[in-house]
Amino acid sequence: MSALKTLNGNQSIAEAVRQIDPDVLAAYPITPSTAIVETIAKFKADGMITGEFVCPESEHSAMSVCIGAASAGGRVMTATASQGLALMWEMLYIAAGLRLPIVAAIVNRSMSAPINIHGDHSDTMGARDSGWIQIYSENCQEAYDNFIQAFRIAEHLDVRTPVLVGLDGFIISHSMEVIQVEDDDEVKKFVGEYMPLYPLLDTSNKMTVGPIDFTDYYFEHKRSQLEGIENSPPVIEAVGKEFGQKFGREYGFFEEYRMDDAELCIVVMSSAAGTCKDAIDELRSEGKKVGLLKPRVFRPFPHKKIAEALKEMKAVAVLDRCSSPGAFGAPLFTEIRSGLYDYAERPRIVNYVYGLGGRDIKVEHFKEVASKLEKIAETGTVEEIYSYINLRE
Amino acid sequence: MAKLKDLASMEDRLVPGHGMCLGCGIPLIFKIILRATEDPIIIANATGCLEVCTTIFPRTSWNMTWMHSAFENAASTIAGVEAMYKALKMKGRIPQDKKIKFLGVGGDGATYDIGLQALSGTVERGHDIVYICYDNNAYANTGGQRSSATPLGASASTSPAGTQSPGKLQRRKDLTKILVAHNIPYVAQASPGRWKDLYNKAKKAFEIEGPAFLNVLCVCPTEWKYDESQGVRLLQTALDTCVWPLYEVENGKYKINYKPKEKKPVLEWLKPQGRFRHLFKEENTWVLEKFQKQVDEDWEELNKLALY
Ligand SMILES: Cc1ncc(C[n+]2csc(CCOP(=O)(O)OP(=O)(O)O)c2C)c(N)n1
Ligand code: SF4
Ligand SMILES: [Mg+2]
Repeated sequence: MSALKTLNGNQSIAEAVRQIDPDVLAAYPITPSTAIVETIAKFKADGMITGEFVCPESEHSAMSVCIGAASAGGRVMTATASQGLALMWEMLYIAAGLRLPIVAAIVNRSMSAPINIHGDHSDTMGARDSGWIQIYSENCQEAYDNFIQAFRIAEHLDVRTPVLVGLDGFIISHSMEVIQVEDDDEVKKFVGEYMPLYPLLDTSNKMTVGPIDFTDYYFEHKRSQLEGIENSPPVIEAVGKEFGQKFGREYGFFEEYRMDDAELCIVVMSSAAGTCKDAIDELRSEGKKVGLLKPRVFRPFPHKKIAEALKEMKAVAVLDRCSSPGAFGAPLFTEIRSGLYDYAERPRIVNYVYGLGGRDIKVEHFKEVASKLEKIAETGTVEEIYSYINLRE
Repeated sequence: MAKLKDLASMEDRLVPGHGMCLGCGIPLIFKIILRATEDPIIIANATGCLEVCTTIFPRTSWNMTWMHSAFENAASTIAGVEAMYKALKMKGRIPQDKKIKFLGVGGDGATYDIGLQALSGTVERGHDIVYICYDNNAYANTGGQRSSATPLGASASTSPAGTQSPGKLQRRKDLTKILVAHNIPYVAQASPGRWKDLYNKAKKAFEIEGPAFLNVLCVCPTEWKYDESQGVRLLQTALDTCVWPLYEVENGKYKINYKPKEKKPVLEWLKPQGRFRHLFKEENTWVLEKFQKQVDEDWEELNKLALY
């Protein structure tokens, strides 16, 4: 039965895992995602899931087990964070290159050095060109909902591409929230039966998987691998709609908050968007026309849709919880700025890096951003295109 | 025991047309091993000569189900395949009587070095798989760099002999011993030079429930630099000098499978191979002596272990 439960982000993911009951689960512990792995292990120990739980000796092997298992022909998942995702890096490309519909919960955490266990997006942003679909969550409810939808998206026959669902380390993974946990059977029905495609276990169909490609084929094969992610937007959209029809919470590529008559916009993903909403409410009550755009899907990046939503703004601030050393700006910013390039009339745009290593971002910080946007809109000039929020310098 | 005639009449699972060098030991090994079970086999193959030479797209030499994912993870990849097999059998999505053997395969680089951790994890977890290392003592596919299986004194491209160096300064890692230390049901050392012994070991490995590991000596004329017509003879010399003893450890019990009537000096093993040529210079005599001493000690130790 659908019920309200008090869960933190890791427990929300684990609940979804229990309901979906994937065939093979392989994961290695790392803060702040460890509780997902531990909860899965306990589910298995208590007979609450029937899938095979593999506890490998590293994340590299966890992803390798996922690759072997998915190639064998069944539903597969993992969970990790930060250094763990980095250790999987080589295998992320192979999972995507072999078009395996693996689903991963990534509890976003900063990258060493210096070592730090708190949340930022450096880990998944580092994997943004690995070929995985990336979906980010604002809170526990979204983490749960996104994780369920991820299987439908990954396994869709037009897509067959791995999907990762990000949730912010500690801020979401360890914060309790009352969430709607849907009925077990309804979730199972929504996710549906797994449809194997060229499973290795069908040994009557002899196959050579992962052969070597030289200059005469590699490029064409690389190009054809992109089809999965290129085909995914309508699937992501349809799955988000269907989820809404079934469970009452609809999802798209991004969420717009008080954007109707907005002239200034703050773009921010994941948990910080929640804080930003409070700031927007205060700003609105002060009569300021500020709205929020919260991207949900980062890969494939919805350039056109976001550009359409932003093109009439006077000024836009894009906030990244990640830096991109040596680049023109952080990842979200460069994507959005590039998407706006084709419009003759486009807003002024600035980039702020915030929250590295879990540094807090508060309502007052968003209000500061808004007042800077006001100034930019007034003067029509951007003095500093790239700067930091809540950083001692 | 199968007769050679019967084995020869079995369908080849690794078919001709691959690009391995003339006289290469790899096909010799796998033609025997892949005949040691009637069941379908799924292979996860690490990057290396076998993988590269058999699967240049759009052709394949594999008349069976075969997969490659990366260099260091053949063990974890095959573990994943086996885990899915178990899951789907349990869930009733594949028939209960469907038998499949799961085989991880890697060279010495993939197994002794970069993939040791994945192999250790896989066998520790007890997956019902067989892992075979074909040990040609080098990273052959990438041009003959040293591995931790490269013998003392061998000249390899990253441990070259030179005016100031007698080749590789370290002795080989004893990987078979490391696998024995995992207390898995079956560990063996084999050689394609003794095809019956290799066949028996592979058969046992496939039949035993739980993880099994075979370390198989593989001649490589290209990197060892010897006359490629002499491979089988060289394999026999490896046994007669006790450089590569044949033995198995079944549930902790050691058994030596071949004892030379008269143990030959290691010189007979070293001489025909160009990778050891520089050892015969006067200043490198100490390496030859050290090599012999290590082989003697290892052989003695193995004989002691086999007493129990
Ligand atoms: C992570 C990684 N590092 C390095 C390589 C390059 N590489 C491919 S095969 C190989 C050597 C393989 O040696 P071995 O396992 O002994 O197999 P052989 O070539 O001798 O058959 C190396 C170094 C790679 N593919 N992946
Ligand atoms: S380099 Fe050696 S191992 Fe590789 S194919 Fe040639 S002979 Fe065989
Ligand atoms: Mg080798």
